[in-house]
Amino acid sequence: MSNEASIHPVTETSHDVHLDEHAMHHHKETFITKYVFSQDHKMISKQFLITGMIWAIIGGLMSVLFRLQLGYPDEHFQILQDVFGSKWAANGQIQPEFYYALVTMHGTILVFFVLTGGLSGTFANFLIPLQCGARDMASPFLNMLSYWFFFGASIVMLTSLFIETGPAAGGWTSYPPLSALRDASEGSKGGMDLWITSMAMFVVSSLLGGLNYISTILNLRTKGMSMTRLPLTIWAILFTAILGVLSFPVLLSGLILLLFDRHAGTSFYLSDIFIAGGKALPNEGGSAILYQHLFWFLGHPEVYIIILPAMGLVSEVLSVNSRKPIFGYMAMVGSLFAITVLAFLVWAHHMFVTGLNPFLGSVFVLLTLLIAVPSAIKVFNWLTTLWRGNIRFTPAMLFAIGFVSTFISGGLTGIFLGNSTLDIQLHDTMFVVAHFHIVMGVSGILGMFAGIYHWFPKMYGRYMNNVLSYIHFWITFAGAYLIFWPMHYEGLAGLPRRYLDYRQWISFNQFGDLNRFISTVAMITFAVQLLFVFNFFYSIFKGRRVMSRNPWGSTTLEWTAPIRPGHGNWPGEIPEVHRWPYDYAKDGREFIPQTEPLGSKESAH
Amino acid sequence: MSTFFLILILLFGFLITFQIAKASEYVGVLKGEKKNFEQNNKVNGFLMIVFLVLGLIGVYWCNEIYRGKILGESASVHGEQIDTMLYITIAITGVVFVITQILLFWFAYKYQYSEKRQAHYFPHNNRLEVIWTVVPAIFLTVLVGFGLFYWFRITGEAPADANQIEVTGKQFGWIFRYPGKDHTFGKKYYQNINDGANNQLGLLWDDPYSHDDVVTGEMTIEVNKPVKLIINSRDVIHDVGLVYFRQKMDAVPGTPTTLWFIPKFTTEEMKKREGNPAFDYEISCDQMCGKGHYTMRGVIKVVSHEQYVIWLAGQKSNYDQVMAAKTPAVAEKN
Repeated sequence: MSNEASIHPVTETSHDVHLDEHAMHHHKETFITKYVFSQDHKMISKQFLITGMIWAIIGGLMSVLFRLQLGYPDEHFQILQDVFGSKWAANGQIQPEFYYALVTMHGTILVFFVLTGGLSGTFANFLIPLQCGARDMASPFLNMLSYWFFFGASIVMLTSLFIETGPAAGGWTSYPPLSALRDASEGSKGGMDLWITSMAMFVVSSLLGGLNYISTILNLRTKGMSMTRLPLTIWAILFTAILGVLSFPVLLSGLILLLFDRHAGTSFYLSDIFIAGGKALPNEGGSAILYQHLFWFLGHPEVYIIILPAMGLVSEVLSVNSRKPIFGYMAMVGSLFAITVLAFLVWAHHMFVTGLNPFLGSVFVLLTLLIAVPSAIKVFNWLTTLWRGNIRFTPAMLFAIGFVSTFISGGLTGIFLGNSTLDIQLHDTMFVVAHFHIVMGVSGILGMFAGIYHWFPKMYGRYMNNVLSYIHFWITFAGAYLIFWPMHYEGLAGLPRRYLDYRQWISFNQFGDLNRFISTVAMITFAVQLLFVFNFFYSIFKGRRVMSRNPWGSTTLEWTAPIRPGHGNWPGEIPEVHRWPYDYAKDGREFIPQTEPLGSKESAH
Repeated sequence: MSTFFLILILLFGFLITFQIAKASEYVGVLKGEKKNFEQNNKVNGFLMIVFLVLGLIGVYWCNEIYRGKILGESASVHGEQIDTMLYITIAITGVVFVITQILLFWFAYKYQYSEKRQAHYFPHNNRLEVIWTVVPAIFLTVLVGFGLFYWFRITGEAPADANQIEVTGKQFGWIFRYPGKDHTFGKKYYQNINDGANNQLGLLWDDPYSHDDVVTGEMTIEVNKPVKLIINSRDVIHDVGLVYFRQKMDAVPGTPTTLWFIPKFTTEEMKKREGNPAFDYEISCDQMCGKGHYTMRGVIKVVSHEQYVIWLAGQKSNYDQVMAAKTPAVAEKN
């Protein structure tokens, strides 16, 4: 039994366990249909989660490797040469081509495979049917395909790490002509083709998933579950899915044109190029900037695809553990909607210094800074949710509070970068790196952790170890700030990003000590993530068992299902919903589940 | 060997942490769930306030350490405007940052679980929500206003008397071209580029305007005179980053871009101002361009008007160099 459960004793323990057994044997399942080609949304969600975790470890390890080079440029680490060979790590030092391959793959993996596939894939699949009150997704089969396309994309991307010329190395944005010309870089050879193939499969996966999420949310809500009775998690996932469905195809089209330029002799992105080694290419009339427009038309919504689900998870966790309703439910939905619309109208703020028409630039400044308004509403609403609550610091709650803190910090630096005047100085410097890591990377991952810790009992019927979770939170949270806060100063000094070594520069060589510090903290923080991974897998098998259906005292539907729900989620009828999901502390009651009818004198929210 | 030792220590640390965590879970069960929860909650609530205090001290301290290392002297007129804009933004966001972070951690600490407390049912309040929609909107309008005012000044047309210099990026270096006495750049075509024949930019010798064009590997400009850069690339996208002039512009193959600024100090003056005898204005490539990206350094010498005129007069045009190489005898007579 959980620490918290004892405060709100629920007396249905033995009954639950019986229902579990019953539900499990609902229909016959083999190992393959249950764990591999499963069509159960809960299993697919776990598949996404664990695949995402494996990617997170690989991507995180890459950052440790390149931080090693940045922090300790003079050292020779023999083990690097032993493992990676003398082409990539001669004399135990990360070579430039290896460094660029690492930063490129780190970005691609973390942005797409962890924070999109891992985050949306896990929580959209897990929560939509459980919180809307559905037996499964609208199309379980497409849902399964969505995971297997993701898996395929993963395999292709993983393969690219092992080919002779290495994986893609033109940055996660893969701007042509660098990414289009085999002679321009080692990473633009076979690795780039695999990158494009993998991304194409990823887009397919994302579309199959997204369409499913949207149709399930719109069509398969249980009786009484009107849209305004949906938890904010579901709203956030709905908007995320809409963003993905509308923007990922644009990326795909951009990548297909890139593929044509690489192999079919077209000139969509190529013009006036004389490649080192002495040959002028025949291509004329293309525009390298066109790719950037196509890329960022996805690329910018993509950062909201990452942050919106995290916002949804955090809103839910904050409310449950403050024992208070989320403040301003309609404003929260409205601001999610506003962010979704604005997400499509700001892409060119990544391109202020590409020679974009200054007037066009000014329009994008206005639209970009507009996003700060709905973001501010969300932050103040979260703060007010905490105000006069009765806060339980469960691990999930800690991560949710951490999320709000990093989202504020990173959001505010966005106001710097969105202002084209300041972007002239800050563009493509370490300031940008610090900004998006805090606001998207760290916030996204903190939100994801909040979700994992909160719904782990529902996923596996066990708890994770609390003490390890607390250690994990505090070191991760402090580590994230120690890594990325000082990095802003490097950016203000103009240090360009994606530099392997700053020592030869008169303007940029003043931060040697700081880089060493950042690298050291990054390694410690990474090590603590391994502790989390261990805690996760250990707890699946050995964690304390969950003994009550509703360990957190939550109002939402997933906690009315059996502790280990079978395929179909509820053994009998799907419960009916009578109220909004945030009736905490109402009328002197700790919480009122959504399934409870309104009292005769009670007013609906 | 030491690496294995390190990994061993790491594993050992993991093991100990895990054992402690497991043990404390058992202790928690023995103590009673409720008591254990309350103790954990107190510790974490306390850590919230510790984090806030240490965090704010850390922010202040970080500022103290790095204040002198960021934003070296702004050496152009545009740079001053950008710095002003930066300080306005830091002031506004700084206030918001401090207030919201204090509220966040203070609320977390103050309203931590207590048996006596009953959470307050407070689902919404229209007036509050209007306030924090309107107030941020006002501040953002101010920032957009200032920002665009400076933006149009900086990106506006260069003055007519500006010196024009063409900058071309390549993997991994910079090529500069001066239009010569006729103030007009000669025509060029990339298919004509021939490094072996000393024609790095593919100038067309048929065009007489190209004959006095000077091509150099280092940029020299004169102080207090507007200079307009016309930026090109020969292969992939590069970026002309001028950190002391606070300027930046991509170099895109096939699509020329421009920027302009007025340098305020000569290189010699900056050596004194920065207290660094080795100082030079540097051009850094700020757009990922391949394995040599981080080494793609250019140098700009800012000199007085007199020095500039003398320097320019001493340069031999690209055309003359090429012709001299072709017919050495003729060249010597000239």
